[in-house]
Amino acid sequence: MAKIQELNHQKENREILTSTFGSVEQQNKIRKSRNIGDFIFNNITKIFAFLIVLLVIMMALMMYQQAVPSIQKFGWGFLTSLDWDPVQENFGALPFIFGTLYSSLLAILIALPLSIGVAIFLSEFTPKWLEGPLSMLVELLAAIPSIVYGLFGMFVIAPWLRRDIEPFLGEKLGAVFLFKGPPYGLGMLAAVLILTIMILPIITSISRDVLKAIPDTQREASYALGATKWETVKIILSSGRTGILGAALLGLGRAIGETMAVTMVIGNHPQISFSLFAPGYTMPSVIANEFTEATSDLYLSALIEIAFLLFIITIILNSIARLIVWSITRKYSKGVEV
Amino acid sequence: MISYYKWRQFKNRTMIALCFISVLIAILPLFLILAYTISKGISAISLDFFIKMPKPPGESGGGIANALIGTGILLGLGSIVSLPAGILSGIYLSENRNSILASVVRFLTEVLNGIPSIVVGVFAYVLIVVPMHRFSAIAGGFALAILMLPIVTRTTEEMLNLVPYSFREASLALGIPKWKTTLFIIFPTALKGVFTGILLSIARAAGETAPLLFTSLGNRFWSTQLDQPIASLTVLIFDYAKAPFDDWNRQAWGAALVLVVIILFINIIFRLISRKK
Repeated sequence: MAKIQELNHQKENREILTSTFGSVEQQNKIRKSRNIGDFIFNNITKIFAFLIVLLVIMMALMMYQQAVPSIQKFGWGFLTSLDWDPVQENFGALPFIFGTLYSSLLAILIALPLSIGVAIFLSEFTPKWLEGPLSMLVELLAAIPSIVYGLFGMFVIAPWLRRDIEPFLGEKLGAVFLFKGPPYGLGMLAAVLILTIMILPIITSISRDVLKAIPDTQREASYALGATKWETVKIILSSGRTGILGAALLGLGRAIGETMAVTMVIGNHPQISFSLFAPGYTMPSVIANEFTEATSDLYLSALIEIAFLLFIITIILNSIARLIVWSITRKYSKGVEV
Repeated sequence: MISYYKWRQFKNRTMIALCFISVLIAILPLFLILAYTISKGISAISLDFFIKMPKPPGESGGGIANALIGTGILLGLGSIVSLPAGILSGIYLSENRNSILASVVRFLTEVLNGIPSIVVGVFAYVLIVVPMHRFSAIAGGFALAILMLPIVTRTTEEMLNLVPYSFREASLALGIPKWKTTLFIIFPTALKGVFTGILLSIARAAGETAPLLFTSLGNRFWSTQLDQPIASLTVLIFDYAKAPFDDWNRQAWGAALVLVVIILFINIIFRLISRKK
């Protein structure tokens, strides 16, 4: 009985609604016409968001297209050939690939422990009032343009290495393959040092965010068992190690793509030498130095192929790193700015 | 037992000290770079430095007026392209947080942010310099725009997300359509944050050299034409640093000082504003 009454009630209500606002179809029409603004606005923003997707695809396609002559001529040999001879039009990128990987990996090797130390200090040991200013100083390091790093490397670090450090190292450790050869100043060591300074901020800030995202319960549990601060940090580090790996990969991506600072200090000589004193050459540097001088189409195409390789390498590195960092911070479900 | 306890204490203190030392090592370069830039650059700074044109090679004196105006024009071009695109995509990301396109775009902005700037320069060369058959300010501005785009997009999205959801609910409850809510209520609330993000992206673009080397090329003369090669601070620093003249090297440091002051100033302001939130 009550049910029938309620149904009647609903019917009455609907009738009143229809008489004042029009039928359901009419209402929908009104709603739609008001949503036209929404429809247009949403689609405009969508187009611009889609432009970013288009941009990345276009970058890949257009660079590939320009690199085709070189890819067809040299094939995979481009990656393994030592010969870079613009006069004979023989191009092999191995010295540049070697220089890029060698300098970046060495830089990571030095920067990673340092950054982890800084990140630990910032997230675990720093009093709150000091944390902001200290993080700011580290992040300001990332804001300095690479050309200024290059200037600093060229006029300060390289002369210092040539005068004081390299002769000293050569004398004491000359037998080790790393420290062979005459001290030039401009060379692999200068590039590695500059790269280390440059990638330190990004590895530090991401590692710090990863460490901060780890819940306090883990620290409390460790302290409750009587662990010292450092023993607690070791536990936190093992929880955050994937995130730190992501940070290191992002740093590696930066180091691989760094152009100006490296170009100004590495000596720009296409050779493969494991000695830190020897000049080298990297993929970005050869593009920066020779692009405007590339007279023939094949020469230009070879340089663009190097750019395309860089593009692919950094995209892969960045994708893996971002996925790692995102998944680790999402795991601890705390918003982290990366 | 006691000795093991002491060993643990010792290890604890040593490791904390090591972490502290790594902090010192990490911020030492910042002070060294600033100290050298100031001490070597300050002697080049004078009024003439800002308003005079470069002198022919070998002659001392002259200024960087053309590079200052060139950098200004390039940044203006970059902003015209990247700001509307970045802000609108940021709005899309913030309004459609869970759509598939939004996740893809968010991911690609991060990827775009990590692409080396020299590669962006090559892309701008292929896209604009090759069809135009000459180096131009437009190509340089476009390259800078691509570098600014991810930063503008990300900060816009983050700043919009910071606006409390109750603002949106209040507006929708008053019967205001969604797009008006976004454009006239949410966006103005986040405007300050978006603005600092824009400044940050400009600071980054101002310091870029690699993408300009073969797009805007550089120019020793006064030029404001958009379809011609144009000078810029960073390329000028690069050219002057490589040059064998002491006076040019000194001017390179002077120009670097100008650049660093502008960029650090913008960055410090950004951090002060964004930390208050």
